[in-house]
Amino acid sequence: METTATRISLRIWTLLVVLFLWIPLVLICVYAFNSSNIQSWPIAGFSTKWFDTAWHNQDARSALVLSLKAAGFATSIALLLGTAAATAVSRFRFFGRDTITFLLVLPIALPGVVTGIALNSFFSNNPIHHITPSLRTIVIGHATFCIVIVYNNVVARLRRTQTSLTEASMDLGADGWQTFRFVTLPVVSTALVAGALLAFALSLDEVIVTTFTAGAQTTLPIWILGNLRLGQQLPQVNVVVFFVIVMTVIPVAIAARLTRDTGILRRR
Amino acid sequence: MASQAYEAGRRTSSTARRRLSAALWRRPWLRALGLLVPPLGWMVIFYLAALAVLFVSAFWSIDSFTGKLTHAWTWANFHTLVSDPTYRQIAFRTIWMAAAVTATDAVIALPFAYFMARIASPRLRTTLFVLVLLPLWSSYLARIYAWRLILNHDGALNWSLAKIGLPQQGWAFTSVAMWIVFSYIWLPFMILPVYAALERIPDSYFEASRDLGARGWTTFRRVVVPLALPGIVAGSIFTFSLTLGDYITPSLVGNVDFIGNVIYRNVLGLTNNLPFAAAYATVPLVVMALYLAVAKRLGAFEAL
Repeated sequence: METTATRISLRIWTLLVVLFLWIPLVLICVYAFNSSNIQSWPIAGFSTKWFDTAWHNQDARSALVLSLKAAGFATSIALLLGTAAATAVSRFRFFGRDTITFLLVLPIALPGVVTGIALNSFFSNNPIHHITPSLRTIVIGHATFCIVIVYNNVVARLRRTQTSLTEASMDLGADGWQTFRFVTLPVVSTALVAGALLAFALSLDEVIVTTFTAGAQTTLPIWILGNLRLGQQLPQVNVVVFFVIVMTVIPVAIAARLTRDTGILRRR
Repeated sequence: MASQAYEAGRRTSSTARRRLSAALWRRPWLRALGLLVPPLGWMVIFYLAALAVLFVSAFWSIDSFTGKLTHAWTWANFHTLVSDPTYRQIAFRTIWMAAAVTATDAVIALPFAYFMARIASPRLRTTLFVLVLLPLWSSYLARIYAWRLILNHDGALNWSLAKIGLPQQGWAFTSVAMWIVFSYIWLPFMILPVYAALERIPDSYFEASRDLGARGWTTFRRVVVPLALPGIVAGSIFTFSLTLGDYITPSLVGNVDFIGNVIYRNVLGLTNNLPFAAAYATVPLVVMALYLAVAKRLGAFEAL
């Protein structure tokens, strides 16, 4: 269809885009092994000494623990609420289904500062009860924009499976719980795991909304941001950033594999 | 005897469960309601209510002596926002950057997505998909920081330019740096929906276009672009909105304020004025509302 020249130029363009996407990521990983504390290119020498320093950095450690806690709670909430909404929207016909999708997408479709400042003023200025910043406020913020991640994954999976399966299960004498446990759950399980992994990765990395809900607490991205702003402890930042890339890339790679149409009822 | 009673007890409990599930099965609205109340309740309380409080607090003010919130209704914040040239300039700068980044990403993404959807083998397509997906999800701060290291005057870009004998660049901490970094970090958000839109075009459309005598360029212009448009608009919702709402990229690689920086400083920084920040936050909110309304008309929501 396309001429050979077009095909070749498209191929070259694709290669360039892949390089554009990946060179910065590879580069930042190389910097983690920089022996010097001056961040210039090429790096002065190869060393793993900063890994040791970063590992023993108490601030970075407690920031990591807080981030993991927040991501764990936020992912659990998103998993429950996202799955419930997805099941309702794909299994029932009712007025306003599009509105629900729209409402769930809103926290990631609206600019991050808007979500951040909205939550901030809600916690401190709502007429009923003032909520002081704590792990709870971070989790509320993260869960709010993680719900849609789980929701999208489960909706996509449910759309590919027929309702006749659950009807057959009920006809064969299974009650609602058994149908859920032995029919619905196996169908959506990989979508659930993928959604959870993506939500976890998103929560672990989020910084724009978090700065507005964290108060004086330091999550790992806030620790990184603070050091980048002040230009402090950069060798350790390099190591932590390397660690964060690995921590987010692994779950996402697993999630990508899980959702690669490998459900037991794949259509194509 | 005991085991019989146990059996009977088990039977009643299982009958009760069965009856409950049968009752639920007969009343689908009850099941739908049970599933919907928790997620909708969460979103209404923690998101819509939060947006409402934000909107209301935009009409409050700060007592200039005590620094405390005054809950009296006033338009003063909106007045400052419109009349002060600084804030106007920052708003236009932000919107302009969002538009530039969106256009750049659309231009980069379209040929890439076309190659992915129509030329690449299924195997290569999967690989490319993962290669786009991973940077999208990998650390946002890391990717900004990487560009800071690249664009620094003793960074990788100038080193490469020197190697091939080109003059040095001095883009670090300029608008060019912000434009590059924004386009870089949001690019996957554009590629994925455009790819999804192109993948859905049936082969027969291309054959029909050729049969009707269209050359490659005409097919591209009259078949590919119109059908890719919902995907481009869907991607642009993210590139546009994410740029509007970002204050970290400008503060790490730029030299000027964006809307987000003003909001951040007024909420958490030195100039403690939440009502003004809330009023200023309505600017990206209104821009996005208009954008979403237009996007909806162009069919972008089906392409999301």
